[in-house]
Amino acid sequence: MDGIHDLGGRHGFGGSLAEREEQAFHADWERRVFGINLLLMAQGCFPIDAMRHALERIEPVTYLTAGYYGRWLIGVEQLIAEAGGRPRAGSVPDPTARRATQASPRFALGSAVRARNLHPPGHIRLPGYARGRRGTVVLQQGAWVLPDTNAHGRGECPEHVYAVRFEGRELWGEDAEPGSCVHLDLFESYLEPA
Amino acid sequence: MSEHEVDPLALRAEALEALLSEQGIVSADAIDAVIEQYEHDIGPMNGARVVARAWVDAGYKERLLRDGTAAMAELGFGGAQGEHMVVVENSPEVHNVVVCTLCSCYPWPVLGLPPAWYKEPAYRSRVVREPRVVLAEFGLVLPEDVQVRVWDSSAEIRYLVLPERPAGTEGLSEEELAALVHRDAMIGVARVEAPR
Repeated sequence: MDGIHDLGGRHGFGGSLAEREEQAFHADWERRVFGINLLLMAQGCFPIDAMRHALERIEPVTYLTAGYYGRWLIGVEQLIAEAGGRPRAGSVPDPTARRATQASPRFALGSAVRARNLHPPGHIRLPGYARGRRGTVVLQQGAWVLPDTNAHGRGECPEHVYAVRFEGRELWGEDAEPGSCVHLDLFESYLEPA
Repeated sequence: MSEHEVDPLALRAEALEALLSEQGIVSADAIDAVIEQYEHDIGPMNGARVVARAWVDAGYKERLLRDGTAAMAELGFGGAQGEHMVVVENSPEVHNVVVCTLCSCYPWPVLGLPPAWYKEPAYRSRVVREPRVVLAEFGLVLPEDVQVRVWDSSAEIRYLVLPERPAGTEGLSEEELAALVHRDAMIGVARVEAPR
């Protein structure tokens, strides 16, 4: 979904990192939320993809003001509500995400690819800044559970994932910093030959 | 917020824990154990051991760059959020830096939990667009001829930066080298400096 979480390359979302905050937790309740979420994931109550999508669905102002563990709390409350108020251990048989596949990778190392112009209303792990942009396959990462389907209970549908290098100028135009590039790990169905 | 006001999120967290405890899905002890593990046993000291080993053992470094997951498992590191590790090497020509723009993915088994700034919109939005400016704000000014490679962790693969070994550390032991390696250098927002 084209949501507030998709922050890469946006202007106006915070100033200099010369002044920055370090500590992982700001309050004890954040520690508790972290522990609870890890236990729920480890017991296979929810797929991590559903959890990420629950965070993406948080209303934008709240997303930006609740803090990281505030988002985790609101997200897990939502998932529990959607599970009828009671999470069930073992709902996710295998919480790991790497899968064996018989399918050969469609794109070879060094292939020129383009990120497709995809805008589904549901979960997707293709950042907006890369859509429609051309890049080069630099790593074949094996096959992985597809977040787009798994987040919505529509199956694991494993696909090959590729690290794709995008030159700064391709992403940001003439104002890009010289000599910079960005890599993304993209699912096969996000890509087409360029 | 005054000292008499209670953060509403704190109350909601308490209610969540009470509900899940009553349902028998989590217990206070199990939550404590997870927190204890991540606050004390898992952290950048793990990644520092990986880096120091790579600096002193060329065979290990070769394995680490070829298959980060297996090489880290040799030292006993792996698990949640480190299921598949890729190590990217800095050199005089290339500097690598890691981010997750969509959420805040981070290699927990070797770096522990991310610092606040890693999860904030400023870092997530800016480091892909203007990495040199962001790195300069961290105190790392890169020469123009150094290529900056940003790794945006958009799937389940997690990245660790292998920093350059600083000059003047030839006489140090693996343990002494590990003590020099810090979290920011393995995220890629800093270099490892030689001891003064």
